[in-house]
Amino acid sequence: MNDRIQLIAILVSLIIAGTIFQLIRKKKLLEQYSLLWFFSAIVLLIFSVWRDLLDRMAGAMGIYYAPSALLVIVIFCGFLLFLNFSLVISKLTNQSKDLAQEIALLQNKLEKLENQSFQAKDDGTI
Amino acid sequence: MTHKIVIIPAFNEEKNLPNVLLELKKYDPSLHIVVVDDGSSDRTAHVARKLQVNVLELPFNLGIGGAVQTGLKYAHKNGFDVAIQVDADGQHIPSEIDKLLEGFRDGSDVVIGSRFIEDSEYRSSMMRNIGIKIIALVNSLILGKKITDNTSGFRAFNRRAISFLSKNYPIDYPEPETIIILGRSGFQLKEVPVKMRQRMSGESSIGAIASIYFMIKVLLAIFIDIFKQYEEVSNYE
Repeated sequence: MNDRIQLIAILVSLIIAGTIFQLIRKKKLLEQYSLLWFFSAIVLLIFSVWRDLLDRMAGAMGIYYAPSALLVIVIFCGFLLFLNFSLVISKLTNQSKDLAQEIALLQNKLEKLENQSFQAKDDGTI
Repeated sequence: MTHKIVIIPAFNEEKNLPNVLLELKKYDPSLHIVVVDDGSSDRTAHVARKLQVNVLELPFNLGIGGAVQTGLKYAHKNGFDVAIQVDADGQHIPSEIDKLLEGFRDGSDVVIGSRFIEDSEYRSSMMRNIGIKIIALVNSLILGKKITDNTSGFRAFNRRAISFLSKNYPIDYPEPETIIILGRSGFQLKEVPVKMRQRMSGESSIGAIASIYFMIKVLLAIFIDIFKQYEEVSNYE
């Protein structure tokens, strides 16, 4: 039982790490957002391979069933990633708000300039 | 001579807007008016242009906070001394602007038109009234100053407040939150009694059932505001 879940854990972490590596290589994932992903994948891989470490960690955490400790670590990594997403989204929301406002202001300026040059042509001053 | 600007945030208000603009022009023909079209799906921007006022057309809906801030950025860039926020739904009576402007005489930075200082004709649902009272109590406790109408969208800002708000404006519940943010940054707030009408057509952004939800969210936002760091009023001229 223990062996099987270890195998699955190793396999899954390898797939995750590989996928992230591929995405970065193909420039589909920006480096600035990929670091935390990569870190998570590597942590997962280390824990699934080095079983002794997981056992020790589980002991230190007071968890009797070692794979449960892995789950705790996975959840922690997931939490970090979600928080990271919220930060990124907040920043993007702010930036898109500022951009929308700037567009409205610029458009207004453009309208005024267009009206001015239109009138100037009418007056024959240009 | 102070340069005044009226900022009207408008989201799908093609029906009410013409009356509001005509009333404002009647009140003061020389008034500089800017309508912020908050990504409306109707002909709000078109109606405003027809009536020859400045239009700031947002490419998508930002919500009332983002719309008002756009107007304030415009006011800041164009060097206006006083910005008056007026709703597009016809609730606010242009001649009452005089009362707001009077409020600046004692050196206040922000003047808020309040429905609740004197008994006005304004009536609202019970739940909503309780919500308004609780928010008023919390804001008054935090600021150490009584603010009765925290959700009033009828307000005037001086140059310093315009400059400050064009950089810092809360997005979610702008009216109650700006009061906290401005107060905690050291701006002088003042309330003056004004008359308001019931809205002419369309629905308020806050329905009766949503009142409790709104209140809890506003209180949460205000609670978080207490712990935020703010720039000081002295940074703004």
